[in-house]
Amino acid sequence: MADSHAEDAFVEFDRVQKSYDGENLVVKDLNLSLPKGEFLTMLGPSGSGKTTCLMMLAGFETATHGDIRLDGQPINNIPPHKRGIGMVFQNYALFPHMTIAENLSFPLEVRKMGKAQREAKVKHVLEMVQMGEFGGRRPSQLSGGQQQRVALARALVFEAELVLMDEPLGALDKQLRETMQFEIKRIADNLGITVVYVTHDQTEALTMSDRVAVFEDGRIQQLAPPDQLYESPENSFVAQFIGENNTLEGTVKEIKNGIALVQLDGGGLIDCKPVNVTKAGERTRVSIRPERVEFDKTRLHADAHTLKAEVLEFIYMGDIFRTRLRVAGKEDFIIKSRNAPDQVRLEPGSEIEIGWLAEDCRALDA
Amino acid sequence: MARFTFPLTYPRTVMTSAPDTALSGKVLAADGTPLKRSLNRALRRQKLRALALIAPLLIFVLVTFIAPIGDMLFRSVENQIVPDNLPETIMRLESWDANGNEMPGEDVFEGMYVDLALAAEKKVHTRVGSRLNYEESGMSSLFRKTGRKVSRFETDAYEDALRALDPIWKEPATFADLFQNAEVAAALPFAARTWKRWSTFVTEEGDDPRTQKLEPYLSAALYYDLRDNDVPASAPAHLKAADALAAEITPVALIPEFLDAEEDWADAGNWRVIQTYAGNYTNGYFLNSIDMMKGVDGAEMRPENERLYITLFVRTMIMSLVITGSCILLGYPVAWILANLPARTANMLMILVLLPFWTSLLVRTSAWKIMLQQQGVVNDTLVWLGIVANDGRLALINNQTGTIIAMTHILLPFMILPLYSVMQTISPTYLRAAKSLGANNWTAFWRVYFPQSVPGIGAGSILVFILSIGYYITPELVGGTKGVFISNRIAFHISSSLNWGLAAALGAILLAVVLLLYWAYDKVVGIDNVKLGG
Repeated sequence: MADSHAEDAFVEFDRVQKSYDGENLVVKDLNLSLPKGEFLTMLGPSGSGKTTCLMMLAGFETATHGDIRLDGQPINNIPPHKRGIGMVFQNYALFPHMTIAENLSFPLEVRKMGKAQREAKVKHVLEMVQMGEFGGRRPSQLSGGQQQRVALARALVFEAELVLMDEPLGALDKQLRETMQFEIKRIADNLGITVVYVTHDQTEALTMSDRVAVFEDGRIQQLAPPDQLYESPENSFVAQFIGENNTLEGTVKEIKNGIALVQLDGGGLIDCKPVNVTKAGERTRVSIRPERVEFDKTRLHADAHTLKAEVLEFIYMGDIFRTRLRVAGKEDFIIKSRNAPDQVRLEPGSEIEIGWLAEDCRALDA
Repeated sequence: MARFTFPLTYPRTVMTSAPDTALSGKVLAADGTPLKRSLNRALRRQKLRALALIAPLLIFVLVTFIAPIGDMLFRSVENQIVPDNLPETIMRLESWDANGNEMPGEDVFEGMYVDLALAAEKKVHTRVGSRLNYEESGMSSLFRKTGRKVSRFETDAYEDALRALDPIWKEPATFADLFQNAEVAAALPFAARTWKRWSTFVTEEGDDPRTQKLEPYLSAALYYDLRDNDVPASAPAHLKAADALAAEITPVALIPEFLDAEEDWADAGNWRVIQTYAGNYTNGYFLNSIDMMKGVDGAEMRPENERLYITLFVRTMIMSLVITGSCILLGYPVAWILANLPARTANMLMILVLLPFWTSLLVRTSAWKIMLQQQGVVNDTLVWLGIVANDGRLALINNQTGTIIAMTHILLPFMILPLYSVMQTISPTYLRAAKSLGANNWTAFWRVYFPQSVPGIGAGSILVFILSIGYYITPELVGGTKGVFISNRIAFHISSSLNWGLAAALGAILLAVVLLLYWAYDKVVGIDNVKLGG
């Protein structure tokens, strides 16, 4: 769990709770702090409380309990327009009755900036998002991707140090989304701004963020850099939510030398890394990534435990092969193998033995 | 990201087929007919089917809506009743000097005698009188009373003299045969015209002019012609005899007869009105509608004390604007609240907005009478609160205040509904976005929300303004004399004074004003900026 009292915290949530109806907590005891310049993504399924957190930070929702601090100052009682936080909305929220230039000039006008200065800033920021020649158009005359760039420019034009983004790429097609992910990340790094980014798309979260906070049920389940999140999920929700995962259920038989021996419910013994289990007899859910499963015995430890498996289906996906197996009574066990010249294509119906390195297989909470 | 590249042959096939169509200039369909024609043929059937589907409504609208409006516009210029019934008079009045104060001479009275006698027989003389009475009061009774007496004029002396000369003149057939001779008819134009008008009327009544009892004015017209013109050589003997007799008869002086029946015939003003309204079409109704009148030398303003309509038009415009304005002021916040409440609550409150529609307009207006009168609820409350003194009770009804209050209430839903439906489409994120960009509540509203709601204001304003400019019942009930609209005057002319021509002209002007305002609105705001809903 995150340490809520970092010295260099720029944005800080301190024991924040939020309830809309007085009966259910949407956000339960949120502690989070991020330093200046960090790109933090709040990732989670819908209803997990991530957007509510963002809205509390922006000032559109008030925290039921706890403090939100910006640069050390509590901002609970500061109205949104005085917080100076840039925000990119899900559907861009570009003002339809204004041109692009007027949209960008709006935050500067309300800050009583002179005309010449405004024009220079608008021009600069438009060029930054490569929309220089579109200043005179209306939002409805732009494509989704272009509107997205303008929305980003508008959140940046008044030089906010903190920019919030609420699923900004949700409405774009896949290819454009990938381009924009890169673009947003590049601009954020160049300007050194702090970004809090909300999404339910894990690929987006993994590619863009410095750290990812995985939300579920109003709590942060894990807060970690993308590689840690992917490779060392701390509980079975995170393991399931991030990337593809095979899970097997069983009981811990013994823990020895940092390796847990798990008796699977469907039969078979496997070696795991104990993460949420401490002693023999505990129920556990074992998680292993499809690409870490080996079926070539020569590449495993001689004394490693293996499982019998039957090949049910072989799917050619271009860069990888995806094979579905029946393992320990479950029919949804997936393995992925790289499409290399020497790679074996498994025949459906054939019997194989699978295994893995004990550290790739994590014994999590049941 | 590698892009999929087309095989090279694909663009080549496209290019080889392109020059064919470009050279021939015409694109052909598969069977060789030009593509355009075959497209038109395919679409024509669809269009016809669509037309057949809307035909009932189209016919209904044409018959019940377009046609009455056309008829109204026509009535506002139509004046055929005068030239149709007084042709002889009008012809003779042309040479009369309308600027003098002299009444016309005997010849005009001869024409009027025949016209009036025929009109009296047709029983239309009162309608001619009413028509002229719109322009000059007194004309109605002049025509009515004289029409009653015209049959007792001494002019049957001519008939008696003719019959004494030759009994053949008793026979209607004699007249009929006489005017079949073209030369005779040309030599005796007045008599021929009169015979034609009479025989046409008799035929229309379903009788035979050759057997119908003759009217004395036929003989009178014949006498006037014989007196003034020569009989052609081809005329029958009895006509030649009558021509000889005509020189000897002492004519019956018509002026004393007319003056005896009604002395107002001596008034040159009455004759001037007949002369002014002699045409088939007249702009008189329109001139009347803008407080002008047709004088001898063209249009002129009416005297101050007779002016009415311009004041009414201006008052109607100003009060409609005030009503529209107060509807915006009262309706905007309500629509805002409705649009920002959860759907369930909003629907429930919407019933309250629509509730007035389910109550009779008369009931609602009458309720305002109770509320606003001197001893009414509002005044009582103000007195009780000590805001006004008991002897200083406010006059809230039977004046413009009453009309404005009651009509604002009645027309409010027409403002709220379009506003609400437009506001519903404005996402609340715009306000959030504005605030996140640093705008305070007011700036966010005024710069971001309000401009987007303008189409709703536009639609509501057009609805309310156009409805109120033509409103009638409420001003009639609560407006008193100072709070009535032009529509009340139109209603008066339709149902009380029966001057439909003037009512039609007022209505046409009202229509023109509305269209003009609509056009101006389009120029200023743009009609595509008007939205009734999402």
